[in-house]
Amino acid sequence: MARKVLVLGEVRDGSLRNVSFEAVAAGKAVSEGGEVVGVLIGESVNTLAQELIQFGADRVVTVENEKVASYTSDGFSQSLLAVLEAEKAEGLILGHTALGKDLAPKLAAKLQAGLVSDATAIEVAGGNVVFTRPIYSGKAFEKKIFTDSFIFATVRPNNIGVLEKDESRTGNVSSISVDVKDLRTVIKEVVRKATEGVDLSEAKVVVAGGRGVKSEDGFEPLKELASVLGGAVGASRGACDAEYCDYSLQIGQTGKVVTPDLYIACGISGAIQHLAGMSNSKVIVAINKDPEANIFKVADYGIVGDLFEVVPMLTEEFKKLKVNA
Amino acid sequence: MNIYVLLKRTFDTEEKITISGGKINEDGAEFIINPYDEYAVEEAIQVRDAHGGEVTVITVGGEDAEKQLRTALAMGADKAVLVNIEDDVENGDQFTTSKIISEYLKDKNADLIIGGNVAIDGGSGQVAPRVAELLNIPYVTTITKLEIDGTNVKIVRDVEGDSEVIETTLPLLVTAQQGLNEPRYPSLPGIMKAKKKPLDELELDDLDLEEDDVAAKTKTIEIFLPAQKEAGRILNGDLSDQVKELVQLLHTEAKVV
Repeated sequence: MARKVLVLGEVRDGSLRNVSFEAVAAGKAVSEGGEVVGVLIGESVNTLAQELIQFGADRVVTVENEKVASYTSDGFSQSLLAVLEAEKAEGLILGHTALGKDLAPKLAAKLQAGLVSDATAIEVAGGNVVFTRPIYSGKAFEKKIFTDSFIFATVRPNNIGVLEKDESRTGNVSSISVDVKDLRTVIKEVVRKATEGVDLSEAKVVVAGGRGVKSEDGFEPLKELASVLGGAVGASRGACDAEYCDYSLQIGQTGKVVTPDLYIACGISGAIQHLAGMSNSKVIVAINKDPEANIFKVADYGIVGDLFEVVPMLTEEFKKLKVNA
Repeated sequence: MNIYVLLKRTFDTEEKITISGGKINEDGAEFIINPYDEYAVEEAIQVRDAHGGEVTVITVGGEDAEKQLRTALAMGADKAVLVNIEDDVENGDQFTTSKIISEYLKDKNADLIIGGNVAIDGGSGQVAPRVAELLNIPYVTTITKLEIDGTNVKIVRDVEGDSEVIETTLPLLVTAQQGLNEPRYPSLPGIMKAKKKPLDELELDDLDLEEDDVAAKTKTIEIFLPAQKEAGRILNGDLSDQVKELVQLLHTEAKVV
């Protein structure tokens, strides 16, 4: 059944996040041949509309307002609900990002709708749109359908492939004005702590350290390797509990779940709680002194050795590879 | 201050997951308070100790969840409420749970509601923000710091590794992120006292809800385990040769760099 689906384009530092193009692809699948309408919310987001169209949106609706220059759940839900009402859409897709996780449940409650969070695959089968999503942090998966007509999902970054970018593709860009008011939470300050540019949950390469890293300084070689590969640094619970790094880096059942193309586990033993957060990565490399370490069971490639010897050598080899490429 | 904690009973993080009869096999599994909800319980106790008032822990589930509620009482919560839906709801979803909790809370004049930011089993992270919306109060998710001064609240929240400093007011719902605090272990006197603390059990009827009012909006049609990975290759030889080989394999075989 063809339906009109809205897809929220998420803007960070003036650019659209990659997960938003993945969300457009998801919207396309959910629309079953209907229309995919991109939505952009912010102070000045009009210029990004074309890119959303080039990645598959049929047209774009913007809500431009200084009150939504920064994300707040109140400002963004008022804006998105106004677009939903104007468009009479029957579906909505967001990225499963900090913003999507914060905003989607509020909208779902307001709409008295179901919501499938953190979808990793979408298919149409038996007359239903079927969503696959991890449960128990990826130790298992479930397939979900909606019992109501409104379809609403957030999609996990790095899992749903983007549609091919078509620079010749065009579509209408319109705007609607929304009287954004009564913002009950106010952002006073944003402190940037994350590794520059690369977000752990969206990174294509993750270099993670465990107890074997031994100290805060021990993360330095990992950071260098991550930077050469354009990746992000993560950590096991052991490393976080030992205060070698910030909890925001933790990967596991408590902590973040990541699915990069390449996961390099350094000095990580591979407790079940950690494996739950990374075992669905496409390629896993394990570096550990202990040949019996559990991490080798999920690794595609393993090196038994001291990470402080191996990691700097790896960094040098990757540098050479980049020079020769 | 009137403080409520939303709590869920979950599988222990170290449990292996198996499936039997199309469902997650729960036989012999250890159950715990969802780790993020433990931070919520701890924070609620700390806020009460600093500002006075009462902490009530609420869960929606079956009789088995009494154990986790008693643990929260042993940590220091004052009261517990179990909305037992075993007989009424077969397949609930986040719509179901949030509707039930908000119906319970709607006339309780809660000043502060704290939940975990996500449950490690279902992993949707929906229920708490849904409850805030249904109660028409503001919410802040994934918080790592909470300061209350009168009705003014200053919060630090984790946003994918960055920190946002947020100002808002009570009544408020927040969800806990790791790093918010260090949850205490129940003390022996705490465990003894917990046995005498009130634990109310309610059913849908007591909240004037019918099964249809809370009927799920989504349905699980299949549960499956991820495909088993084949054992990988442990490289051999001189360490520097292994490193060279690994880089080549990643480049030419796995094609990820």
